[in-house]
Amino acid sequence: MSGAAPGPLDRLLSGDRPGTRLLNLLLLLLLASLLLAPFLFPGTRSLAVAARICIFIVLAASYDVMLGYTGIASFAHTMFFGMGAYGVAIALAKLSAGWGAVLLGAAAGVALAVAVAVLIGLLSLRVRAVFFSMITLAVASFALILATQLRDLTGGEDGLTFSVPDVLQPSFRLLAEPVLGVRLDGRIVTYYLIFAAALALFLLMLRIVNSPFGRVLQAIRENEFRAEALGYRTVVYRTLAGALAAAMAALAGALMALLLRYNGPDVTLSFSVMVDILLMVVIGGMGTLYGPALGAVVLVMAEYYLQPAMAALSGSLAGWPLLPALFDPDRWLLWLGLLFVLVVYFFPAGIVGKLRERAG
Amino acid sequence: MSAELLRRNASDWGAYALLPLIALATLPAMSFSTWLTLTVAGFAMGMMLFLMAAGLTLIFGLMQVFTFAHGAFITLGAYLAVSVLGALAGWSNADSWALNLAALAAALLAALMASGAAGYVFERVIIRRVYGAPLRQILITVGGLIIAEQLVVAVWGANPLPLPKPAAFRGSFILAGAAIETYRLIAVALGLVVYAALHLLLNRTRVGLLVRAGVENLEMVEALGYRIRRLFIGVFVTGTALAGLGGVMWALYQELVTRSIGSEMTILIFIILIIGGLGSIGGCFTAAILVGLVTNYVGFLAPKLALGSTIVLMMAVLLWRPRGLFPVGAE
Repeated sequence: MSGAAPGPLDRLLSGDRPGTRLLNLLLLLLLASLLLAPFLFPGTRSLAVAARICIFIVLAASYDVMLGYTGIASFAHTMFFGMGAYGVAIALAKLSAGWGAVLLGAAAGVALAVAVAVLIGLLSLRVRAVFFSMITLAVASFALILATQLRDLTGGEDGLTFSVPDVLQPSFRLLAEPVLGVRLDGRIVTYYLIFAAALALFLLMLRIVNSPFGRVLQAIRENEFRAEALGYRTVVYRTLAGALAAAMAALAGALMALLLRYNGPDVTLSFSVMVDILLMVVIGGMGTLYGPALGAVVLVMAEYYLQPAMAALSGSLAGWPLLPALFDPDRWLLWLGLLFVLVVYFFPAGIVGKLRERAG
Repeated sequence: MSAELLRRNASDWGAYALLPLIALATLPAMSFSTWLTLTVAGFAMGMMLFLMAAGLTLIFGLMQVFTFAHGAFITLGAYLAVSVLGALAGWSNADSWALNLAALAAALLAALMASGAAGYVFERVIIRRVYGAPLRQILITVGGLIIAEQLVVAVWGANPLPLPKPAAFRGSFILAGAAIETYRLIAVALGLVVYAALHLLLNRTRVGLLVRAGVENLEMVEALGYRIRRLFIGVFVTGTALAGLGGVMWALYQELVTRSIGSEMTILIFIILIIGGLGSIGGCFTAAILVGLVTNYVGFLAPKLALGSTIVLMMAVLLWRPRGLFPVGAE
């Protein structure tokens, strides 16, 4: 950051280094384990966890562009996620299982997401800022209803199951011989496609928030009135930030559809996904991009691995009143919700903010 | 000054005329008896929505607190109704309307007290620390909502619970060829009583005067030496208690209590607040009935569009009046 000629790493990270040694280590560890996930953690389940982490890193980071960098609380982010996923799902289910359909579906999803985001942004021109969160909540529930009602197009509550291009099919073999004891099948190709796309999108967002445009967004977050007084059309910037976040979320949705080979309202549109994203961004650290990435890891891991631990704890507490119910594996969200509230109170900058603060 | 006042009053006529206009516009699309049934149903739904939304509009208007956790108090009221009416099953199923009414009153009272108490704790523990920070308010109350929903499930279980109405309120009677459910009349009566009580409280008492003045200009009230924090607590507790009351009524109307009953209503309540204008009890009342009527008419004419229609209504109102039908206070 300080040197006159930025090195290649700085250029890659847009001069926005994680900041502390511990954070560097954590993120490096995360990057290495995601890069080598198919070889380090063989098995269908752990590969699915790793792929979900990649997708949610993009999704949470794109939400952070709105919440953390621009200071807008939207509840319609899953809607954009769903648009990307439904775009790919509908294209693959109705057209052919080729790359053309994937690209067409993803492009349509992104275009729709951007259009709706701009529309919401322009509507919020006319209303008080506090209405924005409520309106996004209403619009998101409208989208959920629409997705379940337009049965011919979206498959309704059941969703859509579809075939992906041959290369991504589990039956596809990249090489006849296993490498390091791992068979290179379509699942691994899918994983690396998701990993590469997620990494590229994350670096792109890092670039954007560290551009002059990103600085204006942060200025709006800190003091909207002053930013306006300096001559920036804050409404235009907020709308652009919303459109950008929507496009990124739609791309994450497209990746999700390719991973699951299925899409339905519960997977991409439900309010519980929205809550997950909110938890990821806030627990990880708003306005840092690295924070939401760590938050995504914490949340996805908790979803998959906290529940068995809680089941054991709940079992050992049998006989106490209420306690087993509180530690029931299905109550994992209760504890994350508690963590969320504590983070908002005591560490408003999340994990990353706390680590940076400690480093001075 | 008087011209300004006249203009404001004149513009209000448009907002008031919306209700009868919508009610009459749908009449040609159906038979009169159907229309009457739907209108009564819409009024009843509107009254229950008003119970749930009234507190929130004051909380938004006076305290400038943007809470997304209001649904949690509705859920609490609904589940308390299950417990209380379950315990009083003898009264609730008895062949005596006095005992039935007593059971209903007990459930309403329990919900009122419990939701109010929970609201007090919520204000003291959660809201108090985030006054004046809208973004943190939204985040913290969403966190509170998650915790509250999970706690409700931990206590009452995850499965939907059936909640039969007390015996006397189950049936319906025929009026001018239209079937009118008895329970809907109870809901309308309770809604009117609460509206009248709130109206008197706000317009005829000193506390009400302070609340209204606070909605208009909080800093001035504070500068005059009133302890607005106490006012805040009072408004918050009243608002959450009413949410619990509305939760009981809505749960009995649905006869089924699910964990998401509160968060589902939250969306409708937000729509009502936006249509009515933040901080306005009268606007909230009108908007709630409007939403109730539109939901029922559209639910009959095009069932799939019911919730969508209220969102379209909200968008239309916002384009017409960006601050809602009955805006209160300074921008």
